[in-house]
Amino acid sequence: MHKRVTFGNRLLPYALVAPQIAITLVFFIWPAAQAMTQSFQREDPFGLRTTWVWFQNFERLFADPAYFSSLQVTAVFSVAVTVLSMATALWLAVMADRVVKAATAYKTLLIWPYAVAPAVAGVLWLFMFQPTIGIVAYLLNAMSLDWNYRVNGGQAMLLVVVAAAWKQISYNFLFFLAGLQAIPRSLVEAAAIDGAGPSKRFWTIIFPLLSPTAFFLLVVNIVYAFFDTFAVIDAVTQGGPGSPGATSILVYKVYNDGFVGLNLGSSAAQSVVLMLIVITLTVIQFRFIERRVHY
Amino acid sequence: MVENRKWMIAFSHVMLVLGVVVVAFPIYVAFVASTHTLQEIAQAPMSLIPGDRFVENYVQALTRGSTGAGLSPVGDMLFNSLVMAVVIAVVKIVISMMSAFAIVYFRFPFRMFFFWLIFVTLMLPVEVRILPTFEVVADLGMLDSYAGLTVPLVASATATFLFRQFFLTVPDELTEASRIDGAGPLRFMKDVLLPLSATNIAALFVIMFIYGWNQYLWPLLITDDLVTVMIGIKRMLSVGDGQIDWPIVMATTMLAMVPPVLVVVLMQRWFVKGLVDTEK
Repeated sequence: MHKRVTFGNRLLPYALVAPQIAITLVFFIWPAAQAMTQSFQREDPFGLRTTWVWFQNFERLFADPAYFSSLQVTAVFSVAVTVLSMATALWLAVMADRVVKAATAYKTLLIWPYAVAPAVAGVLWLFMFQPTIGIVAYLLNAMSLDWNYRVNGGQAMLLVVVAAAWKQISYNFLFFLAGLQAIPRSLVEAAAIDGAGPSKRFWTIIFPLLSPTAFFLLVVNIVYAFFDTFAVIDAVTQGGPGSPGATSILVYKVYNDGFVGLNLGSSAAQSVVLMLIVITLTVIQFRFIERRVHY
Repeated sequence: MVENRKWMIAFSHVMLVLGVVVVAFPIYVAFVASTHTLQEIAQAPMSLIPGDRFVENYVQALTRGSTGAGLSPVGDMLFNSLVMAVVIAVVKIVISMMSAFAIVYFRFPFRMFFFWLIFVTLMLPVEVRILPTFEVVADLGMLDSYAGLTVPLVASATATFLFRQFFLTVPDELTEASRIDGAGPLRFMKDVLLPLSATNIAALFVIMFIYGWNQYLWPLLITDDLVTVMIGIKRMLSVGDGQIDWPIVMATTMLAMVPPVLVVVLMQRWFVKGLVDTEK
């Protein structure tokens, strides 16, 4: 799409895009290029000499059991966060779509956690599940469930999943509710006249019509679970417990290996892998949005 | 609903109330904890009725910080977070609007190249280029400064796209009329496009403010003395073998939540518009 009427200044457009382009080049493109170059190099421990090792960093990375474990952890974590937050949000959105009275009030009461920072979400849940003083941990231990997420990897995973999913419910709720409200009433009524009950109506009419929204949210939630949950992990478990860490997702590992472990080559190779993941997800997202228009 | 069955509506209300309670419960616990002493919290289970230390705890947090970690006052941290959030939101909006204006209203060599360059930033979140970006900021001497905290985060592909979409819907007649009246491009941007974009700007501001306020990884990497409230909470929790000062941590957590939550609740209409628009 183009404008028919444009302005004719020669230098002004460059001046206008200059700030954005400068920041993009200096803080995005250049570092990304650096990460790519470094992923093919190895630096000696004193940082005096760098040698080209081509795909050795990647070979080592994929042969490393710790990285493989991190891949698994990330898969479990992102699927769990996505399913938990989307299912809860859909359930609540269906309920909110039914009640006419007070629907706006419920909406307000349910959307504000969007504003809560991931780090804060982590701390809130950490406090309730803290083994010695946490109120929920107390109840769990009273039921002799032996709750201690600092030792038990499964429990640690459960805790970060719940904290991360809790924060994302509001976002999913908002989009599901908008999707539900856009479904023509006449369709639902026609199905009711034909004798379809509430659950049949949901699965045969409402859910298929909601699938574009659901698919869009799926991608957004996976991106969220992959990249925006770093703060939850860092505040609650620091990737632990154990080694390789039971909650050490890819983003946490790239930070930990690069900044704490100072392993440049490996960290850069991990960055490149993450870059490929984001590119894939972005492409899926944009292709889908083109289709959503035609739906 | 179609049948209008009473019990189904009642059931929906029950579920929604339950949902609201579950969503709000962690915050309520945090609030209660922020009004007790550490001793009261430490004797599990802690009471779920607010205590009487509200004023003391919040005053201590704001003016002195957590005793255990030897920290700066939370008041200073909140100020740093506020500067970060406002600068990021405002500068993002300004430079995105400028570049969208250039891309839509001018024909110039490399126009599409610039557009794609901005698009690529969508695929390069901080997480995938941590170390090299840190090195760039270190080389520029911007570590531990407001500039380092904000400048690398002010480029925004989403905001640029949003403005581009919007500018494309502005009728050409307006541009022609302005040109006939002798307005140059900058005058047109200031007097025509800016007022027309007001709701878009409000929506973007809400989203970008929350984005800036909630930043975690970036300040964690590059700041040392310049502590934002998110990093402050993290430091209060990492006291090693020492006792975490829970009432103060929880008071800080509440304080860290208030500004963005207020923005969402008070500007709900723009917030929803912003969320929906930035995802298009």
